[in-house]
Amino acid sequence: MKTMDQEIGQVPAFAGLAPPHLELIAGCATNVRAAAGDYLFREGDQADAFYAIRQGAVALELHVPARDAVIIDTMHEGDLVGWSWLFPPHRWEFDGRVRADTALIKFDGACLRGKCDADHELGYELMRRFAQVIIERLQATRLRLLDVYGVGTPA
Amino acid sequence: MTERRRETPDTWTLELEGVDRPAGLPFRPGQFTMLYAFGTGEIPISISGDPARPERLVHTVRAVGAASAAICDTEPGSMLGVRGPFGSHWPVEHAAGRHVLVVAGGVGLAPLRPVVYDVLAARDRLAGATLLYGGREPSQLLFGEELDDWRAQGLDVEVTVDIASAGWDGSVGVVTKLIERTEFDPATAVAFLCGPEAMMRFSAEALIDRGVAPDRVHVSMERNMKCAVGHCGHCQLGPEFVCRDGPVFTFERMRTAFTVREV
Repeated sequence: MKTMDQEIGQVPAFAGLAPPHLELIAGCATNVRAAAGDYLFREGDQADAFYAIRQGAVALELHVPARDAVIIDTMHEGDLVGWSWLFPPHRWEFDGRVRADTALIKFDGACLRGKCDADHELGYELMRRFAQVIIERLQATRLRLLDVYGVGTPA
Repeated sequence: MTERRRETPDTWTLELEGVDRPAGLPFRPGQFTMLYAFGTGEIPISISGDPARPERLVHTVRAVGAASAAICDTEPGSMLGVRGPFGSHWPVEHAAGRHVLVVAGGVGLAPLRPVVYDVLAARDRLAGATLLYGGREPSQLLFGEELDDWRAQGLDVEVTVDIASAGWDGSVGVVTKLIERTEFDPATAVAFLCGPEAMMRFSAEALIDRGVAPDRVHVSMERNMKCAVGHCGHCQLGPEFVCRDGPVFTFERMRTAFTVREV
């Protein structure tokens, strides 16, 4: 059976973190499960956590008045979910709805922010890794803005 | 025309039988014909049927202009003109022992459907077979019921869309995300890509980032093809004529063309 720091080390965004940093992060982490349809968080709620998906999938949804919720993105095994815990005002921007029975590592945001304040090297590592995740999501969003499947040439 | 099925609000699949060619039109996956409704001009359309059933000539056409709209408006029992087949093909015959990755975007699944049929027929001789399909929204995905049939026949099928409402239970996001999370051995993989050029370019780069050799990534180019035999020059792309030398090329051969402006 793997220890929590070993499990965290297998999350792609945390690959290569130094063992002492993995241990510090593990101190703020717990394994959780969620069923299909559960909400991990709702838009506007206090963002006091983030998640790594071990198995399953989570959809980020935005409620739009007078229409169905719009799915902004889906996250899958290995993905991190949530960065609102890192930046004030620490409020979730979207709903996070579980697509299928899902296993996750839940990280306590306040706990980690405290450790980052006390250990700037850990803070730098986490910020660098979250910046990479944010860049990848931004690039993917830019590609979707191209609307490449819109009306164009025939098959 | 013997049958016409609506795939999406603006895309139709048309089945044809040759009036003077009962044995049909043998073709290779990736080849196209010049198709015309009489009096409205002809356009290149990839064949979307089963290569093992050449007696049923199948095309899937998106109505985006006068010629394609006239073709899509044609009623079963009416006549369409056909020249072809033309062009190069997806080298499915060299895929034995390899993991075949079929990466389609939008109506780009239509030219790849013959590949899927060939892959399913050869499934036992392949290391793996995966279809990664990206579309704009669920209502614009092609061949919905067939995707389930293909899954049942041993093809790993992953679908993602750019825009979806809460009822959609598939993935949302760009098709390159599917490439990142698909399990395959890059050393044995061969990839066939068709879709908008931006989608093919980023997908090819994602495959190469995973370790797939550029000469084992194949793309289908689309240009303004008129004569289909390399004479008129309308489809010239650098030293290549897409109608004659393509439409299927290795990404290695087309890599610079993807970034040339005003081509």
